[in-house]
Amino acid sequence: MPVEILKEKYTGKVQEVVLGATKEEGGTRAYTVKLGGSSTLPFLQFEGEIPNRPVIAYEMWDIKPDWPDCFEEVYGDVWNDPVAWAKKIEELGADVIYLKLKGADPELENSKTPDECAKVVKAILENTGAPLMVEGPGNPDKDNDVLQAVGEAAAGENIALGVAEKDNYRSIAAACMMGKHCIVGRSPVDINILKQLNIMLTEMGVSPEKIINDPLTGGLGYGIEYSYSIMERARWGALIGDKMMAFPVVCLAGPEAWRAKEAYAPIEDAGPGWGEQKPRGIMWEAMTAAALLQAGGDLVLMRHPEAAKLVKKHLEGLMVSNAY
Amino acid sequence: MGLTGLAIFRLLPKTNCGECGVPTCMAFAMNLASGKATLSDCPHVSDAAKEALESATAPPIKLVKAGTGDNVLEMGDEQVLFRHDKTFYHPTGIFIEVADTDDVAAKVAEIDALKFERVGQTYVVDGVAIKGSAADSFKKAVEAAAAKTNKVLLLMSEDPAAMEAAAAVVADRKPILYAANADNCEKMVEIAKKINAPLVVKGKNLEDLVALVEKVVGLGYKELILDSGERETSKVLADLTQIRRQAIKKRFRPFGYPAIAFTTEEDPYLEALQAQVYVSKFASVVVMKHTDLASLLTLFSWRNNIYTDPQKPIAVQPGVYAIGAVTPDSPVYITTNFSLTYYTVATEVEATRLPSYLIAFDTDGLSVMTAWAGGKFIGETIGPWLKDSDINQKVNHKKLIIPGGVAAIKGKIEELSGWEVIVGPREASGIGSFAKLRLGA
Repeated sequence: MPVEILKEKYTGKVQEVVLGATKEEGGTRAYTVKLGGSSTLPFLQFEGEIPNRPVIAYEMWDIKPDWPDCFEEVYGDVWNDPVAWAKKIEELGADVIYLKLKGADPELENSKTPDECAKVVKAILENTGAPLMVEGPGNPDKDNDVLQAVGEAAAGENIALGVAEKDNYRSIAAACMMGKHCIVGRSPVDINILKQLNIMLTEMGVSPEKIINDPLTGGLGYGIEYSYSIMERARWGALIGDKMMAFPVVCLAGPEAWRAKEAYAPIEDAGPGWGEQKPRGIMWEAMTAAALLQAGGDLVLMRHPEAAKLVKKHLEGLMVSNAY
Repeated sequence: MGLTGLAIFRLLPKTNCGECGVPTCMAFAMNLASGKATLSDCPHVSDAAKEALESATAPPIKLVKAGTGDNVLEMGDEQVLFRHDKTFYHPTGIFIEVADTDDVAAKVAEIDALKFERVGQTYVVDGVAIKGSAADSFKKAVEAAAAKTNKVLLLMSEDPAAMEAAAAVVADRKPILYAANADNCEKMVEIAKKINAPLVVKGKNLEDLVALVEKVVGLGYKELILDSGERETSKVLADLTQIRRQAIKKRFRPFGYPAIAFTTEEDPYLEALQAQVYVSKFASVVVMKHTDLASLLTLFSWRNNIYTDPQKPIAVQPGVYAIGAVTPDSPVYITTNFSLTYYTVATEVEATRLPSYLIAFDTDGLSVMTAWAGGKFIGETIGPWLKDSDINQKVNHKKLIIPGGVAAIKGKIEELSGWEVIVGPREASGIGSFAKLRLGA
């Protein structure tokens, strides 16, 4: 009996979003990256197009981060200097630089002003060529002020600003529209809020080519399956034609994976069978990212360069066409 | 799925004899439709009806079992392509491959001893695959492996004579036999039938696999596991998707069996990521080569996550737990009975090395913030419970440490229980420094 390959007929696809702008496009980036665009389930090229490989962003902060000790040997030489840090992750192979402006957190002493943040962003842009994503400190009011200043300073560069949430999206969306940037909308592992926020952003006038979704990532072992299922549902929604579920998805694999004790605990504090911290932490992050790629991640945010390299290599195998 | 209760009812004798255990044929039909009864419970059903019903009510993917005693691996019997549509039922079995040219006894002992513990769970390797190079060494290797482990064995040789000799050694262990191909399948089926062991059918591609499955089924054997023969990651993913999708959506019988996949990556970390693809997407067995701890710990954790039932939160038994050698002076912490929350907190409390009580408060398995928002982890529920709890007899103080995220419930608990509430850290990871600073740990 001949086998008939069973192909789904999809009517929709994931929105394609371009990040960054080259000189011709009014920016200074050396290249741009495209997120999304798939018209099939993750890595099933036999029934649709996957025009863009999922993108790997590297995380950096504007101040020395409170990351586990094992990052000292990786970034200890640069983490007091954002420009040096950005250059380093670019050399390490980041497709995209993801900057968290933690230094503007109002709970910190000497919290950075919006102007100071904008200067950091400008300096990074002047010294690197990769597209940039910028996340605020995580305090709604300060986020609004900081992202507005950053959006102005980076006008024309088509960076991504985040994160906008259901209760705090207007001024970030305005900053994105003013500076022609992309916006990252975050929903709390909730498919309805994800859709609702996308509707609110588009109703405000944000162009669909500028919207990126962060459905909130659970780390491996700590709720990742919730994110996985929300992402699978959103991708399915996109493929059957729901444009408000069709925006490319970012997964914060690095920050979430490294919150787990399994990732950071030195061997003295490790559980039975866990082994050495370094490979365990790297794999905890890589596995988090790889699993979320199976659910439809279009961009994974990575923290440890070794984990990022593993995921990049893993993606090569997944991107080989499986057309029958 | 198969038939509705009403469609099944039409095929039943309609005598309402009650011998099946429920009073009416209609009730029995409903039970059949929902999978709560099996047709063999009805002694009067006609043969024609039986055939019609069996093919319609058979699960889309057959349940196949390997191993014996405490080491039985159940494979297949899955019903959905996406876990959010229902759940995935039978976690992928992780096997490690050992060649008969290796020091089999030592390697199998090492695999057998692998054990990982986290958040109250234990992960172990499910089975050992023995790869044969020659008949004689294969048989010896299987003997050596069987002596070192009770885990499920998977015997790998496409030479029927070698397989027959090796299978005879573990005839009572229900090993998985690998593999039947176009040239050896008559003989392989005979060997598998003799010891009632699951047999892997290995095609050169999906089309070849179908022809082979039909041939094997024609020989009267249905304890099967499928291997499309593909080994490249993206193509294996495509084949596993086709097998699962056609079995479920089209009830295509030749694909109605569990599937097996083999890793090919040489690097142990990339191997684990590759295995993850097959665990996520539809393999019932994955055979790997390395035993790297970081790789296996993360892979097992992922398997555990994706096979969690999305319909029910995982909870621990509510109550008062003693962590370490507690005394009446020990501090008392409270959190919810959502198992992830509980074990995360318990792990941190244990790490303070200060013996403590930890209350897993009944929130129907919700996490702290969700339970608080849902009115299940608030002063009005905790206060009265605490007032009457047996923790009052266990300690000589009345000081309760609550999660920092719900500091707002402090007053109400104090008012309703008479206890003093200490607001602890927001995150479990802050318990160590909290205990040091505030409790003198």
